[in-house]
Amino acid sequence: MKELAKDPYNIIITGVGGQGNVTASRMLAGMLVSKGYSVTIGETFGASQRGGSVMSHVRVSKQGAWSPQIPKGKADLVVSLEPSEAVKVLAVYGNPNTQSLSNDRPIYPVRVIAGDDRYPDMDEIRATIEGLTSRSFMIPATGEALKLGNPVFQNVIMIGAVGGMDVLPITGEDFRAELGRKMSKDKAAVNLKAYEIGKSLVRG
Amino acid sequence: MSDLLDTTEGAQHLFMGNEAIARGALEAGVSVAAGYPGTPSSEIIERLAGISGKRNLYVEWAVNEKVATEIAAAASFSGLRSICTMKQNGIHVASDFLLHLTGTGVRGGMVVAVCEDPGALSSQNEADARFFAKMLEVPLIEPGDFQEAKDMLKWAVELSEELKTFIIFRSVTRMSHASGNVRIGKLPDTKPAAYYNCKGPLLDFATGPMITGPGAVGFARTVQQGRLKRAIELFETSPFNSYAGPEKPELLVVTSSACSLYSKEAVDIMGIGDRVGILKLGTTWPLPPNLVKSRLASTEKVLVVEEPQDFMEENLKILAAECVTEVGAKTFFGKKSGHIPSQGELSPDLVVSALKTILAVAYEPVPQDYAARMFSAMFKTPGRELTFCPGCPHRASFLSIHNALALDDRDGFVCGDVGCYGIGVLPAGFSTVKTNFSMGSGLGLATGFGKLTQFGMTQPVLAVCGDSTFFHAVMPALVDAVHHKADVTLVVLDNSGTAMTGFQPHPGLTKDAMGFTSPPIDIEAVCRAMGAEVAVSDPFDVPATEKTLLTMIKKPGAKVVILRQICALSPEKRAKKKYDMSVDSSLCIGEECGCNRMCTRILRCPGIFWDSENKTAKIDEVICAGCGVCASICPSGAIRKAEVA
Repeated sequence: MKELAKDPYNIIITGVGGQGNVTASRMLAGMLVSKGYSVTIGETFGASQRGGSVMSHVRVSKQGAWSPQIPKGKADLVVSLEPSEAVKVLAVYGNPNTQSLSNDRPIYPVRVIAGDDRYPDMDEIRATIEGLTSRSFMIPATGEALKLGNPVFQNVIMIGAVGGMDVLPITGEDFRAELGRKMSKDKAAVNLKAYEIGKSLVRG
Repeated sequence: MSDLLDTTEGAQHLFMGNEAIARGALEAGVSVAAGYPGTPSSEIIERLAGISGKRNLYVEWAVNEKVATEIAAAASFSGLRSICTMKQNGIHVASDFLLHLTGTGVRGGMVVAVCEDPGALSSQNEADARFFAKMLEVPLIEPGDFQEAKDMLKWAVELSEELKTFIIFRSVTRMSHASGNVRIGKLPDTKPAAYYNCKGPLLDFATGPMITGPGAVGFARTVQQGRLKRAIELFETSPFNSYAGPEKPELLVVTSSACSLYSKEAVDIMGIGDRVGILKLGTTWPLPPNLVKSRLASTEKVLVVEEPQDFMEENLKILAAECVTEVGAKTFFGKKSGHIPSQGELSPDLVVSALKTILAVAYEPVPQDYAARMFSAMFKTPGRELTFCPGCPHRASFLSIHNALALDDRDGFVCGDVGCYGIGVLPAGFSTVKTNFSMGSGLGLATGFGKLTQFGMTQPVLAVCGDSTFFHAVMPALVDAVHHKADVTLVVLDNSGTAMTGFQPHPGLTKDAMGFTSPPIDIEAVCRAMGAEVAVSDPFDVPATEKTLLTMIKKPGAKVVILRQICALSPEKRAKKKYDMSVDSSLCIGEECGCNRMCTRILRCPGIFWDSENKTAKIDEVICAGCGVCASICPSGAIRKAEVA
């Protein structure tokens, strides 16, 4: 993509507290701002400790600031670091043209851990996501991150996959530049690798 | 270099609202900033503290909001520009001082920045701080986007200095914790010279002592009301009040703050920009009457979009009544009419639904068949209740408190306080917390309960507080408890930082906000000096902690148990496991054990889950923080901990 598919282009990055989704939304936004876009991010954190649902609403525009809350049914892209959270977000913000990208590793809510509630089958989650999107991917971001030595890379792998989906005017070069602004060189190398892995996961 | 210190005028940065506020303070030449952490306000002081080494700034995490306000006022009295920050609760703490401050006014520009949390996303209440402006007779301003967050903070400091009154600058979660592009301005070269001139006569607040008292109150209020009149004149032409829409709209929306973005969005997606006009106000108290009147004259219907209370709506109605002969009667829609909810956070969708009803416009965000699929998807996923993080010391502390109270067997209970440990009211904290109010109120209430033995009360009472809360407001309650021999046990959950809001330092630590070495105030020594008996335990040592608690609960008088273990998310500890945990599934006998699946059903730590297929507990190695607590409660010894090399 050279330009925005629509204006504002609305992205929701979701997951569970501690998965790095605030960082992911900041990195994605940083890349877009450096390319001259206006980005508005609305975030819910504070009481959303590890284990709680967290959501970042990222709105990309040439026009200026937008509401930090995306209206219902107006998400263009849902990026989820946790599969059931993707369903939760699509059920409120999705529309027939929404695309989605989800990590495939569940994080069980405490009621599931305690045996008081059931986590849906992955097939059920996949089917629900497909029924609510025009195009969807589910990738093993945590698994690939563990191969790189640390689950923290899962969010960068997800960003790489967003790059691979070709839905935003961003490239690997933009990511490299963003890392240059935000990270030391030694940390940048492995993050760049994570980005490329993410990109390849949606192409293959 | 931090974007906050960029000197390239006109450059654009992605700033969080609180960063924009911090940048505004720098552009205004603020020298002193003080605050107490509270979501969503904390990043203002954090960011200023972060760059304090690079500019001549004094930045402090004060012990509480009242002291923060006093620190800022002292700077102002000495001719410097200052800012103090707090969440909505904070202005209630600071208000006694602020009430007096309206009597003297200020010298250097001083802004009280209050960041509210409509919808109580990270609060126990959704207080509307705007009413303080009216009550205290001070000007109130509210930014409507991120650029304004910076620009208006700078303006607020200048306005304060011109009017000689502090200004309330009000933000909300969706402004403070949201981010957007901000075009930066000039960073001034300030050469502040602090001197408190108090040589002049009494009641000369420019050169004399800053004091009011009996006999001077009427004079002081007259002066302050004069400042408000001048504020109105300036507000009439402020660029931060703007109108967009047709000259004679069918409906006039009056709004401010994040709600102005929701209103614009709603009008935009409904495609009714030719019918609806939006008056976005940045100066919300006192209202500029001529500006408002001219807009009221152009329409018959007015919708007020604001949160969480009907502050503007009431004031607009008063103004409309005053000018009814000039502009005619209006129909008002808003919270009183029920078109806008009177509780909770607003959103574009809530404005859409008000507009649909008032203007009888059809609007559906998605086709009907899709909406039906969304509806069924909604019930396919389990909810996520609040819980302590994996490796959180509070989970272990509450487990021991719960067990000690059960063993004591006198229906004992815990008075909670403000912090992550408020979750102690939920199953994650074994439902041990039975009251939870404001900062420091846990021990205050517990002290009250602890004096009821003469009326037949036999239940032991505990209070819990965090280390930062201890300094903020628990200390006076402990004085009260010891002095009045209340039968109470205070449990200080000392996790070495103001954890909930992001590890801001507090007086118990060896570094201050700016990173300078500071003398730590020793909680244990303070409690002993007050005359309380003190015991200290590591909550991860569950059996020892349980025993200590049980012993202390049984003793008469005011006692303190300090449970000391650093927060799992603290920068020092984060991602460093002490133990590699594993479950020997041959030893875990699950349902047959009689433990009632203590590790998963009772402990409920996200790091260990019940594998129902294989009927065994399992460690999730991605989530487990390696605290080892689950191993100490497994009756079969199936959970193993191996020290990480």
